[in-house]
Amino acid sequence: MRYLPHGPADRAHMLETLGEPSIEALYRDVPAAVLQAAAFPDLPDHQGERAVEAHLAALAARNRPAGAGPCFLGAGAMRHHIPAVVDALVQRGEFMTAYTPYQPEISQGTLQALFEFQTQVALITGMEVANASMYDGASACAEAGLMAQRVTRRARVLVSGGVHPRYAATTVTLADGAHEAVEVLAPDPLGIEDLIGRVNHETACVIVQTPDVFGRLRDLTALAAACHDEGALLVAVVTEPLALGLVRPPGAMGADIVVAEGQGLAGPPSFGGPGVGLFATRAALMRQMPGRLVGQTVDEDGRRGFVLTLSTREQHIRREKATSNICTNAGLVALALSIHLALLGEEGFTRLARTNHALAVDLATRLARLPGVRVLPQAFFNEFALLLPVPAGPVVETLADRGVLAGVPGERLWPDYPELAEVLLVAVTETTPPADIEALVDGLKEALS
Amino acid sequence: MTATVSGHRGLDLEEPLLFELDTPGVSGIDEPEPEPGPTRLGGLEREGPIGLPGLSEPAVVRHYTRLSRRNYSIDAGMYPLGSCTMKYNPRLNERMARLPGFADLHPLQPEKTVQGALAVMAELGRWLCALTGLPAVALSPAAGAQGELCGLRAIRAALRERGELDTRRVVLVAESAHGTNPATAAACGFKVEAVPADARGRMDRAAFRARVGADVAAVMLTNPNTCGLFESDAPELARALHDAGGFVYMDGANLNALVGRVRAVDLGADAMHINLHKTFSTPHGGGGPGAGPTVLSAALAPFAPLPVLWQEEAGWRLIETMDGARARGLSPFGRLSGFHGQFGVFVRALAYLLAMGRDGLRQASGDAVLNANYILAGLSDVLSASYPGPCMHEALFDDRFLKDTGITTLDFAKAMIDEGFHPMTMYFPLVVHGALLIEPTETESRATLDQFIAVMRDLALRARAGDQAAFKAAPRLAPRRRLDETQAARHPVLRWAPPPSSGASSDESSFRTAPLSSNP
Amino acid sequence: MSKVYYTEDHEWIRVEDGKEGTVGITDFAQAQMGDVVFVELPPVGTVLTQGEQAAVVESVKAASELYAPVSGTVVAVNPDLPDAPGTVNEDPQGEGWFFRLALTQPNELADLMDQDAYEVFVAEAGESAG
Repeated sequence: MRYLPHGPADRAHMLETLGEPSIEALYRDVPAAVLQAAAFPDLPDHQGERAVEAHLAALAARNRPAGAGPCFLGAGAMRHHIPAVVDALVQRGEFMTAYTPYQPEISQGTLQALFEFQTQVALITGMEVANASMYDGASACAEAGLMAQRVTRRARVLVSGGVHPRYAATTVTLADGAHEAVEVLAPDPLGIEDLIGRVNHETACVIVQTPDVFGRLRDLTALAAACHDEGALLVAVVTEPLALGLVRPPGAMGADIVVAEGQGLAGPPSFGGPGVGLFATRAALMRQMPGRLVGQTVDEDGRRGFVLTLSTREQHIRREKATSNICTNAGLVALALSIHLALLGEEGFTRLARTNHALAVDLATRLARLPGVRVLPQAFFNEFALLLPVPAGPVVETLADRGVLAGVPGERLWPDYPELAEVLLVAVTETTPPADIEALVDGLKEALS
Repeated sequence: MTATVSGHRGLDLEEPLLFELDTPGVSGIDEPEPEPGPTRLGGLEREGPIGLPGLSEPAVVRHYTRLSRRNYSIDAGMYPLGSCTMKYNPRLNERMARLPGFADLHPLQPEKTVQGALAVMAELGRWLCALTGLPAVALSPAAGAQGELCGLRAIRAALRERGELDTRRVVLVAESAHGTNPATAAACGFKVEAVPADARGRMDRAAFRARVGADVAAVMLTNPNTCGLFESDAPELARALHDAGGFVYMDGANLNALVGRVRAVDLGADAMHINLHKTFSTPHGGGGPGAGPTVLSAALAPFAPLPVLWQEEAGWRLIETMDGARARGLSPFGRLSGFHGQFGVFVRALAYLLAMGRDGLRQASGDAVLNANYILAGLSDVLSASYPGPCMHEALFDDRFLKDTGITTLDFAKAMIDEGFHPMTMYFPLVVHGALLIEPTETESRATLDQFIAVMRDLALRARAGDQAAFKAAPRLAPRRRLDETQAARHPVLRWAPPPSSGASSDESSFRTAPLSSNP
Repeated sequence: MSKVYYTEDHEWIRVEDGKEGTVGITDFAQAQMGDVVFVELPPVGTVLTQGEQAAVVESVKAASELYAPVSGTVVAVNPDLPDAPGTVNEDPQGEGWFFRLALTQPNELADLMDQDAYEVFVAEAGESAG
């Protein structure tokens, strides 16, 4: 019981101080029947570090790490190279084992880092302000819809068919079951849906993704203007924020709220969690923003310092009138992302984006030469949808048996849309060596012949 | 305090913002420039620079190392934050979560390539079900508040299926509850009604029984409650509500007092979220990420959100669609996260559970309760205990001992900072005046507790002796003195912006940045 | 000739000629809230019924609503308040006014307290809070 500091003498001394015969006596307010019912015959007793490590390592060994061979999976979870510095710094106990910075005098490290994070997020999204992070991209998307409903006092949320289907589902769920108020359009692999024609005076917001889930880069300018003409907000979702190093950010195209999943820049995919939700908006809307905010101020000696601010919007004070029931954010993952961006800087970030795009253009060009294979989006960043001549699911399974994780088949994300069964989402990053690209091209060629 | 040229004071090192350390053209990452080639950006190239600062690798390491040293942390000292369960975070958890076989898994890999990860989720689920006695668990809630949402949405779905959603509109919430409880109930469309506490600090039994009826959907109850007291009537009250057709949501924030000794099922719970970042030792990370798996009774289990972990002959599967769920007799209320929840946190929690085991968990909850009572006993004659002991894992005091001193609970807390302790939870629960809620957890040694008690006794005596000025000036030894929260909220500055002289437009003045330090 | 009326939610309304009234929060309310940091006022032209939420006021430690003391139409708002919310603390019943209402149901004023009744109400509230 290496995590427990008391020895038998400590417990005996403390019980004696209390005048109690045993620890069990302290539980006398618990009905005896309740105490007796609690037996745990199937649970093992404590184990040493080697035993725990062996147990978990055996489970880990039953998985195929994505990086063990060629991997082209994206669709909202990205594998980028994370520099050694990032993990070394976030594992400093002063960051990792700190609580939420409610005592600013002894939490300036977390607070300043989050203030810097907020600034970085605002810069890359092209927005004026950002919060200190949300749970993940999907919940940030849902919260954006709720915020738009508060700001516009309208109920209708229109979700583009280019939005990641899991984000759309989360948005529907978190919109308080007001399903009729959230309209999710059918998947839009060809980029032909008419969003502008659906915006009207009842629309709280349109939620659109760029690059969308099929990889397509979308120009939001006209849509933003249409939303604003009707008094609606435009919410832009970004599942691969590295794209913002190369393409025009949603903020420059008129978006009112930008949400993103930052996991790819912060750490490994970790089987889908934890991630980190980015949430940015215009200054005029900042008091409607959900989540925690760090603001700059001064201390009694006039020195610059940082505090959590505008917290009256939170549930601790407003209780049933809070803007959101969210309590924690993703502080440590936000910190990791911020450290990575600090290392990259302007040069590194834009260069990494160019590298990713160049690899994707090369891969798309090669795959398009395969008979019967079409690359769906004309414009993309580092990920794109392919249309195969056969259902993609079995192809992915076959290639997995040969050690190639070929991408995400349509049936995985849209099981209710059999017409998307031939879609395969393929992503490439700086972690993909040329040999892996060869392996995918050759593997697909073989599987399709 | 003697001024220094640098602004540093010994090991207390000042640090500018990243943006003030910008060396244009420098990067902390060396990557080759890609070969020039065609692009396929559809004319959507970024126009103009982003404005990210350039720093070398050593500059970045120094920046964050200096920032880190301006934080209190559980590694460095005791965090007696009531209702937060700030216990030691084992490093083995971190190593396990970083195994490539866990960390480097993509959530959409073919399921046959991730059977070990699904087995981790199943094994964690088995522990949580066994420890609470409830048959099912939804792992995907990202934190406690989302777990509450999960539980209440499951309750709502069950009521809908019974055709009672329109009639059962009310959720009863204890007056002493966490603010998230009423926020969650309201977010789920319920009408919130508070149930008062009685003189013993427990939910008023008579008031509760009088309120139970056909319009009540659920009660949200924390046990032990936020006063640190066990709700002895919980089984009986749960029975009354169950008989009337309602559900019991148990807030698992205080599970650390019960784990391995008392099961939620025996207290009548139908649903309870479990904060893995509290009870099961995963780090708080300065505000996340956490995880809030939610255990569910048989009546609520079919409504658990997608994805549903399911065992079939070929192995573990994730059921991701409504149709797939319905085919297995389930009716999920929706989905809460993009993928399968906070998997990295699951690995850490499982590592902890395996390390502690049945006997270790029981010892841990017992030690947590012992420590809280040791503090209650050690301070009761100088601070004002709100209720007589024994308490459970946290001890509640109010500010009567500060009466007529001109010193508030906040002043007292700030003075603790100068003594090297993180303050306790303040002004919560709301049911007592100027609350001081102290939760030591089981991972503090007797020596630390003795020092904490000595500090608290000394501060209480100094407060009674009228040392008001010193308390109002505290903290004086921290990296910062008290910060002006009014200014921060009246004129919010939420990001750095370049100083106006460097050519920024003047309408960005709301982002202006104060000088790093100014001599008053 | 003007008369000031008070609500149990600690709002005041100063009625000038029986037709228009100026609304704000009382000195007791501002003292309870602490430093006011944000005020959100209704747009001019908003039609309010008695008891309806009319404005939002936030301090560092609390957020609350200001309710319409009586029914009416908002004819003016205090233009300086959003930029200087501290005025609510400094001069709650003067420069810190929120908005002006054209009364549509002046008889509702009879539901409110006068100065003396409000002072008694506050004294009682103060006791139970202490």
